[in-house]
Amino acid sequence: MAFSESIFATRFQITRGDLERYLADALCQGGDYADLYFEYLLTSSISLDESMVKSATQGVSMGVGVRVIAGERTGYAYSDDLAPDKIRKAARVAACIAAGPGKQGKFGLNEGRRHNLYPVMIAPTETEFAERVEFVKRADRAARAYDSRVFQVQASYADNLRHVMVATSEGVLTLDRQPLARMGVMVLARNKGGPPQRGYAGGGGRVELDFFQKEKTPEHFAAEAAREAIVMLDAVEAPAGEMTVVLGPGWPGILLHEAVGHGLEADFNRKKVSAFSDRIGQKVASELCTVIDDGTINNRRGSLNVDDEGHPTQRNVLIENGVLRGYLQDKLSSTLLRSQSTGSGRRESYAHIPMPRMTNTFMLAGQSDPEEIIRSVPKGLYCANFGGGQVDITSGNFVFSASESYLIENGKLGRPVRNASLIGNGPEALKYVSMVGNDLRLDEGMGICGKEGQSVPVGVGIPTLKIDRMTVGGTA
Amino acid sequence: MSENHLLELATGVIDRARAAGATDAECTITEGDEFSANVRMREVESVKEAGSRAAGLRILIGKRTGSSYTSDLSAEGIAHMVKSAVELAAITTEDPHAGLPETEELGKISGDLRLYCEDVAQLETAGKIETARRAEIAALETDPRIGNSDGASFDTHTGRQIFANSRGFAGEYRTSYCSLAVSPVAKQGSSMERDYWYTMARGSAGLEPPEQVGRIAAQRALRRLNAVKVETKKVPVVFEPRVARSLLDNVFEAVHGMSVYRQESFLAGKLGERVAGENVTVIDDATIPGLFGTSPFDDEGVPSRRTVVIEKGVLKSYLMNCYAARKLGMKTTGNAARGLAGNAGIGHGNLFLEKGGQTPEQIIGSVADGLYVTELLGHGVNIVTGDYSRGAVGLWIRNGELAFAVSEITIAGNLKEMLLGIEAIGSDLEFRGSVAAPTLKIGEMTVGGR
Repeated sequence: MAFSESIFATRFQITRGDLERYLADALCQGGDYADLYFEYLLTSSISLDESMVKSATQGVSMGVGVRVIAGERTGYAYSDDLAPDKIRKAARVAACIAAGPGKQGKFGLNEGRRHNLYPVMIAPTETEFAERVEFVKRADRAARAYDSRVFQVQASYADNLRHVMVATSEGVLTLDRQPLARMGVMVLARNKGGPPQRGYAGGGGRVELDFFQKEKTPEHFAAEAAREAIVMLDAVEAPAGEMTVVLGPGWPGILLHEAVGHGLEADFNRKKVSAFSDRIGQKVASELCTVIDDGTINNRRGSLNVDDEGHPTQRNVLIENGVLRGYLQDKLSSTLLRSQSTGSGRRESYAHIPMPRMTNTFMLAGQSDPEEIIRSVPKGLYCANFGGGQVDITSGNFVFSASESYLIENGKLGRPVRNASLIGNGPEALKYVSMVGNDLRLDEGMGICGKEGQSVPVGVGIPTLKIDRMTVGGTA
Repeated sequence: MSENHLLELATGVIDRARAAGATDAECTITEGDEFSANVRMREVESVKEAGSRAAGLRILIGKRTGSSYTSDLSAEGIAHMVKSAVELAAITTEDPHAGLPETEELGKISGDLRLYCEDVAQLETAGKIETARRAEIAALETDPRIGNSDGASFDTHTGRQIFANSRGFAGEYRTSYCSLAVSPVAKQGSSMERDYWYTMARGSAGLEPPEQVGRIAAQRALRRLNAVKVETKKVPVVFEPRVARSLLDNVFEAVHGMSVYRQESFLAGKLGERVAGENVTVIDDATIPGLFGTSPFDDEGVPSRRTVVIEKGVLKSYLMNCYAARKLGMKTTGNAARGLAGNAGIGHGNLFLEKGGQTPEQIIGSVADGLYVTELLGHGVNIVTGDYSRGAVGLWIRNGELAFAVSEITIAGNLKEMLLGIEAIGSDLEFRGSVAAPTLKIGEMTVGGR
């Protein structure tokens, strides 16, 4: 997409000259660098409860964020009004972070390089509502048909289309159009007279509506949620204490996100507040582990053609055969660390300062047959699915919550167990990985990562993994 | 924009929606100014300043609902918002329980609720930065083991909330707050720990001294150093107020009217039953002047009030908006909460557990072998079943004294038993946000460790 065809040029009549003027305003007190992040966001969401479509919402929000960097300092201001006087005012507020004679930005903005990872002709947000409403109704019918013990179904569908434009004082102008869609199904089931149990499934990506018709249908998510709820009806108390844990493929990759991903974000390491600070080149995992963060996978929820600083995303090796190789860098940290941006500068919206974030984080497949991994465990826990997780990046301690797991007894899967959290320490936990499956799977596309109050969509993935020692927080 | 202008805009949106075919309509407008300064290792790290506003609309056509929002308050933007909401009502399902509050349920409480302090908007940037710097310096100077910091921040916010509906309600109120937070890093050998402390108030006069905030933050980080992992066992667990509060968050989710009618809560159907120790009384009160959960009316235009949720261990009331109340055959408790668009959800006012008679020292002193929790990690609480399993950080209690730091452990149980098992309640209740609880002791939980 060329600048002249973008919504910012056609609808808001913004010219290259305007952008250069705003950048000049941003650098009017000096400063080493300035950028503008324009955003025009359309959202829609539909939700169903008790077989009724109870809510349908559409929204528009727009704005521009102006950032000025002066040494280690950042000045930031934004406006939700794209009128020139409002943008110039924001630029002058952000400029105050620097104190010195004004600087001239580079003139003649050139359009920067970008991928084309989600060549979506018609974004779901641009389609008629009728088809999307059918998704939640279909999910409801499928979940109820799955088993007579299902008594409550909530289904939701949400999408958005984000138009972004980044202009920097280094002369780079980048545009992107970022579609995103996701559906989720929550099911409650119970045996007659017994207590209810819950199951959840969801997914999506930067896809066309067709994805939900052909690849991951409402019926797929509904059956998965219903299956989990039914399985949990037989759950026994979870064990407590250290034991061997086997993680199933896909979404349990949230382990990597919490155990190592956050700790490798460059801002924490620049400030030396991460448990991984100053550990590049050191062994932080078993040699079976190679961990990648890759923002360039087609149509994935965590993928971006360019990051939110206008830098193309890339495939970053974080851990290679157990050795720590690199951090996730944004503009500010890479400048201060005299390194390069890894295309990891992300922000929730125009109202937020960018920082290093993950995209799609996963571990490369190994050699082991997943069944052989389970067979090798005399006593332990198999975790098939998870809820969320959290990490304390300074101590390195992380937690994630198993929503579907089973006892392993004599190499066989046994009874399902009730929800339990697992806890470990980032630089230590992966040293106990003793088998890596040949079945790498990425999650279905429902991840949301929170950091310092900012939420961004992410992906995770993992092959079946055996961890010889991890603490399980059950009650038995 | 003047306050009258925004109120007029809201009532104008209602009129336009009715003209476009809506039988009922609700309009929310929010306006706010935010400021944030971060200082790290004595230097300014970032300064952020901006204002924004947006409007949301929910309409009914008979028993069908549609909603929309926009940050474009131009005539064109508003027209588009109204058109979207009306169109969307056509695709939703008729819901017999959908609707606005009855006219007689609408209203607002009177009197000065002290939600807005003029001084917050007038604070100088240099002064705000200096306050954060003083707090961080105090933390750094507490002990030589505090050699690093994740920074200190001074944030302010002023806002205006406007709500109008087609049953004649129109109201608005202003809010302000300021807060100061510090996050020092303690290091000794290979042990590195971070903690934080903060103060927040409606006006700057309500903030605690920056040096005090810095010192407490430093002491909190220091006491976490050299933590060990303990053996797995069942012991009494004492929650300090900062984490005891999270148990009230769990109670809130369990008495949330929507979760109750869906039977998605372990407290569904338990009204009038003993659900907690006789020493436990939980109150939601959105009428206390100056506090963070206070407002003159809820997000459906119903007056704020005080609701006893649990009284001496007996479940007395759920927290409801109009919709949940209709589903349950009850009356709204004035707990409607919403973002800009969509149906009203449910929120709490000032939700707190009434204080007891023991000091925290007496409670700790009553434990021979147990855990004092200072931080919880993760989301391992299942409100459907009550199953509870979270990562924990804290101090081990031995013979009634805080003996050594522990981490990389879990605490687990079930909320049903945990609430019934509250053995002691501290006298140290204070509001640092809209949810508050004093020190609590639960008789027995499973600590997962080695």
